[in-house]
Amino acid sequence: MSKNWPLWEIFVRSKNGLEHRHFGSLHAADAEMALENARDVYTRRNEGVSIWVVESKNITASNPEHNGEMFEPAQDKVYRHPTFYDLPDEVKHM
Amino acid sequence: MSEEQIKNLEKQFEERIARDEKIEPKDWMPEKYRKTHIRQMSQHAHSEIIGMLPEGNWITRAPSLRRKVALLAKVQDEAGHGLYLYSACETLGVSRDELYEQLHSGKAKYSSIFNYPTITWADMGAIGWLVDGAAIINQVPLCNTSYGPYARAMIRVCKEESFHQRQGFEIMIKLANGTPEQKDMAQDALNRWWWPSLMMLGPTDAESIHTEQSMKWKLKRKSNDDLRQQFIDQTVPQAELIGLTIPDPDLKWNEERQSYDFGEINWDEFWQVVKGHGPMNKERMKARVNAWEEGEWVRDAAMAYAEKKQERKEKQVV
Repeated sequence: MSKNWPLWEIFVRSKNGLEHRHFGSLHAADAEMALENARDVYTRRNEGVSIWVVESKNITASNPEHNGEMFEPAQDKVYRHPTFYDLPDEVKHM
Repeated sequence: MSEEQIKNLEKQFEERIARDEKIEPKDWMPEKYRKTHIRQMSQHAHSEIIGMLPEGNWITRAPSLRRKVALLAKVQDEAGHGLYLYSACETLGVSRDELYEQLHSGKAKYSSIFNYPTITWADMGAIGWLVDGAAIINQVPLCNTSYGPYARAMIRVCKEESFHQRQGFEIMIKLANGTPEQKDMAQDALNRWWWPSLMMLGPTDAESIHTEQSMKWKLKRKSNDDLRQQFIDQTVPQAELIGLTIPDPDLKWNEERQSYDFGEINWDEFWQVVKGHGPMNKERMKARVNAWEEGEWVRDAAMAYAEKKQERKEKQVV
């Protein structure tokens, strides 16, 4: 009985100046193979200049069922946005 | 959860989809949504993987280097598309091994078009032009489907697929403008692939069991019959342009509908092929299962090597 290759999450920087973005996932025996496979699976048409691979089991994700406690506290904090503050019309740019 | 709570969640869920919100892997979803998506996405992935076989048949015999690199790139794309779709499918909590097992045991289906043989080089042209053409018509609306990972995979697939159809049509143009024998070869390929390509867009609306629910979940935006009509209307002028004849004596422009009327499709043949009695079903499955089984030692060796390296690294740390 063979052992399955673990799952890896693939992040690609499409060009310098941009962040790495999640592109998808794939199976590979180790990190090196994950990098090589990611090149063939996700960058066949010059989509990237840099690749990160992370074994999926190492990612901790928030649970959408707890989105209330997690994200709602930010909703009533309008004072974090510049438009909350009143300025006289004479001040054109601030 | 009580039945009422589930009903409530389902209602909220349907409303989210109706508002064009995307569903992501960890979101609550009805079991039926999950199952339907696993079925459709895995069928789609299996079709990409099996779809490499009829074309792989011609890579070594491509008539020029230009044709060979294009065909190689197309087949490689199909492997890639299969992988995007398998990994999107795995986000629903099914493992790659289970998916392969379903394919290899015959429990899961793949597109029945791949159960036809590729007997001449012109078949590479006809497949790119017609089969990929029909696939694109099927797939473009899926870029907007409700399940996030599926929609994202489809966007990538669609972007890459348009070269597939163009390279096929280019092959057909060249043959259609070539020697009489080459033109015959192109016509023969069109004759054999036309009807299976129409069938590929699925059973008629009256016979299609999944349509209504799939429309709601945006797994489908247009009915099979509408997609088929779109495919015919777009393809007939292309055939005329290169001097080939669509093998349908009933095909006729309908001025009133601004569409082509077409002849009866042989649905018995379609169901025969779906049930496993097409010309190449056994062959395709055998090739796929062989590839998997004969590759086992390679997969095992890679895993053993990765583990050994890891152990060595850990020892050094100590």
